[in-house]
Amino acid sequence: MRPMPEHDGGADRPALLVRGGRVIDSEGERRADVLIQGRDIVAVGTDLPAGGNGVTVLDAGECIVAPGLVDLHTHLREPGGEIAETVETGTRAAAVGGYTAVVAMPNTEPAIDNPSIVRDVLALGRSALAEVAVAAAITVGRAGTTLSPMGEIAALGVHLFTDDGRGVQDSGLMRRALEYASDLGVVLAQHCEDAGLAAGGHMHEGAWSSRLGLSGQPAVAEEAMVARDLALVRETGAPMHFLHLSTAGSVELIRRAKADGLPVTAEVTPHHLVLTDACVAGYDTAFKVNPPLRTDADVAALREALVDGVIDAVATDHAPHATEFKEEPFDLAPFGMIGLETSLAVLHTISAGDSPDGWPGGSWPLAELLASVSWRPARIAKLDRASGGRQGGPIAPGAPANLVVFDPAEIWKVDPGAMVSRSHNTPFAGMLLTGRVRHTIYEGEAIVIDQHAQR
Amino acid sequence: MTMTSEFTGADPAPAAARESGVRHLISVADLDREAMLGIFHLADAFKEVAERPIPRVPALRGKTVATLFFEPSTRTRLSFEAAAKRLSADVMSFSASTSSLEKGESLRDTIETIDAMGVDAMVVRHKSSGVPSQVRAWTKASVVNGGDGQHEHPTQALLDCYTIREALADRVPAGGAGPEDLRGLRIAIVGDVRHSRVARSDVLAMTALGAEVVLVGPRTLLPPSLEGWPVKATADLDDVMGSLDVIYLLRIQKERAQAALLPSLEEYHRRFGLTRERAAHLDPRVLVMHPGPMNRGVEIAPEAAELPSSLITRQVRNGVLIRMAVLFHLLGAGGPLPVAPGHSDSGPAGEGRSEVGHPGEGRFDVSGSEPGQTGAGPEAGGASDA
Repeated sequence: MRPMPEHDGGADRPALLVRGGRVIDSEGERRADVLIQGRDIVAVGTDLPAGGNGVTVLDAGECIVAPGLVDLHTHLREPGGEIAETVETGTRAAAVGGYTAVVAMPNTEPAIDNPSIVRDVLALGRSALAEVAVAAAITVGRAGTTLSPMGEIAALGVHLFTDDGRGVQDSGLMRRALEYASDLGVVLAQHCEDAGLAAGGHMHEGAWSSRLGLSGQPAVAEEAMVARDLALVRETGAPMHFLHLSTAGSVELIRRAKADGLPVTAEVTPHHLVLTDACVAGYDTAFKVNPPLRTDADVAALREALVDGVIDAVATDHAPHATEFKEEPFDLAPFGMIGLETSLAVLHTISAGDSPDGWPGGSWPLAELLASVSWRPARIAKLDRASGGRQGGPIAPGAPANLVVFDPAEIWKVDPGAMVSRSHNTPFAGMLLTGRVRHTIYEGEAIVIDQHAQR
Repeated sequence: MTMTSEFTGADPAPAAARESGVRHLISVADLDREAMLGIFHLADAFKEVAERPIPRVPALRGKTVATLFFEPSTRTRLSFEAAAKRLSADVMSFSASTSSLEKGESLRDTIETIDAMGVDAMVVRHKSSGVPSQVRAWTKASVVNGGDGQHEHPTQALLDCYTIREALADRVPAGGAGPEDLRGLRIAIVGDVRHSRVARSDVLAMTALGAEVVLVGPRTLLPPSLEGWPVKATADLDDVMGSLDVIYLLRIQKERAQAALLPSLEEYHRRFGLTRERAAHLDPRVLVMHPGPMNRGVEIAPEAAELPSSLITRQVRNGVLIRMAVLFHLLGAGGPLPVAPGHSDSGPAGEGRSEVGHPGEGRFDVSGSEPGQTGAGPEAGGASDA
C-alpha cells in the first residue's frame, strides 16, 4: 500500500467550514455544508454551525463542492526540466485548477525508470500542494528495449507504467511487458503512436497540414498502435490504460474492445475535446501538441465516447515548456501545452452544449463531467478509497478532506501571464471561460482560497 | 460562441498587425486577382527601368529592406536585393543557416533585434514552414515571404504567372493586347508537390488568375489531402500531355528516393520526367517552366531545357521585376507609379512622400522602435504605408 502523503496532520489547524455549496460526488447531489477537522471531513449537513471559536469559514455560496480533481497525466518535469516546471510549481498549478492529486509522468531527465528516482519524486511530492503519484517507465530510459525494474518500483506503490512521450514500438517487448505487469497487479498505459507511421509529423495529417506545408501524423499512426495493444490485451488478459486518445478510429476500437469485455480504460484531454488542426493555421506553436489536434469529426467522436463511457476520464497532459523553446519555428518547437489551471473551466464551458459540435443529448451533465476528472481517474490510478487511497470522494464524515469548490457562473479570460505554472504555453490564451475554481482543499488545508494559492 | 469556431484559422494574422495597417505578403492568398494584376502592371512599368543606363528609381528612397535568409539561397536573395536597390531602398542582409536557438538566441530575439534597427520590410526565407507568419507578431515591418519550408513562395508564383502572361503576349500580333490573366489555360505542375512551396503558391496564383491546374505525380509526392485545392490530380503524365498549355516541372530532391517516396530517380524520370521522347512529341506551343535549379536527367532531360518554348531563363529575369513590384506594392505610397519615362533621376512623381525628411536620415526615428514615438506627427507615416 502507498504511504499517506506526509503532510502535517493539521491537528493544530482551526476547523474549516465550507458553507453553502451544492455538493456533487459519486453518491449524487445535495445542498450541504462540509466541516473539516485536521485532514478529514467530520460533518456534512445543512446549516452546520460555524461554532465561533476559530473555525475558518470558506464561502461556497452558488458554488459546487466536489471531491478534488485527479489528473492521470501531468508532466511535472522534475528532475531535469526545472526550467519549465517543478513538483512544487506544477502542483501549485494543479491546486489552482482544483486538483488534489496528479500522476507525474516519467519522461523526465533522467527518466523515472528505477526505484531511487521514484523515491526522489515521491519525496518531493510530500511537501507539494497536491498529492503526487508517479507513473514509471515501462522500459529503461524509455528507450523501448529493456524492461524497467517494475517489481521493485511497484513495491513503492507505483500503479501505472508508461513510456509516455512515445509508444513502445516493439510488439514482442510490449507483449512481455504486459505479461510481466499482470503478475504484479500494475497497469501499463500507452501513448499510442506508431513511430514509422507518425514519421516525425508536427501536426495532424490532413487538409490543414497539406495546405500549411507541415509534415503530418496520420490518424492511423495512433490507431495502429491502439489496435495492436488491444490484440495484446486480448492475448495476455493484462489490463491497459490508453492515454490521450485523439481520433474517431481509436474511439471505435476501444468501444468494441469494451463491448467484448477487455480490461481497458481510456482518457482524453480537454484540448482534444475543443480544438482542431485548423488552430495551427497561424503556425502558433501553442497549438503544437502530441497527439496532434485533429478534425471536427474527431472532436465529435471523442465527446460522444466520453458521454457513453467508452472514454473513462479527462486528463490534462499538462506539458509545460519554457517560452524560449516555444518561440521557435513550428517544426522545431517542442510538443505540449499546459492544462491544469484551465481544464475544469474549459470542460464546463463546453459542457453547456451550445456549440455546433454539441453533445449527444444536448449537454454534458455536470455530475458526469466531475466523474471524468475526479472519481473515475482516482479509481484508474488506484488513488480512490476502495484502493486504500484518499482521493475521489465521496464527501462524507470520516472521509479525507480533498475538495474543490467551483463557481460555475464566473466568466474569466485566460491570461497566460497570470498563471502559476512556471510555463505559460496555454492554447487558451485570451479566451473567455465560464466557471472557475474558487477554493481547493487538500488534506484538510485550504490550499487555494479565492483563486489564490496559499503557499 | 464555441471555442472551435474561434479557431477556424480563417485569418491567422495577429490582430496587432491587422490594426496597424502594415501590409505583408505571406501567402498568395493575401492577394486577390486585382492585386496580382496590379503587381503585373507595376512589373511592366519597371521593365522599362531595367533597360535604363542607370536602372534605378527613387521610389523607395529612405526605406530599408532587410533580407533575412535563414536558409542559403543565392538566387532569391540576389533577386530581392537587386529589386530593393533599383527602387533606391537601403538594404540590410542577415544570414544564418542554423537554428538560431543553437547559438542561444531564439527566432523571436533575432527578429526583435533586427526590428530595433529600424526596417520597413523584412524578406524572410526559412527552411521551416510558417516562419514568416510567426515573424509578423514580432516586428512592425512589412513581412515578405521569400520562401518558407514546404509552405509558400509567393514571389516565385507571381513571377511564374507574369512570365506565362508575357510569353503569351509575345504571340499576339504587333498592336494587339496580350491577355490580362491566365483564363482558359491548362497547366500541369509535375513532381514533388507534397514538399514544394513553389507548387503551393503556384496553385493559388494560377487558379486565382483563371487557369485550370492539374497536379501530376505519384501519390507519395502529392499532398496527403487536396481538400479545398481547386485542382485535379493524376499519376499519368502522358494522359495529360496532349491537352496542356504549360508544363511546370518541379525540382526533385535526391533524398526522396531514400525516404521510400520513390523507388529510384531513374524510375521517376521515366514516369514523370520531361524525357527526350516526351519533349520530341510536345506541341511547340506548350511552355516549359521550372523554378530552378534543375536536376537535368531527373525531372527534365538536358535537351528539353533548351527547347525554344522553355521559359526558364525568362523566369529568372522577371524575378527582379516582380520583386520590385511587390516591394513597391507593400511599401510605396500607393499613388501613381514613379517611373515616368525619361525622368529616372527626378523625384518620384506622385509618390506623395518625397518631401518627407531626408532619405536615410531621421527615418530610424519615425520607424517606431521606441513605442512612445509612434504616431508622432504627420511624418510618422513614413514608418508604414498609408
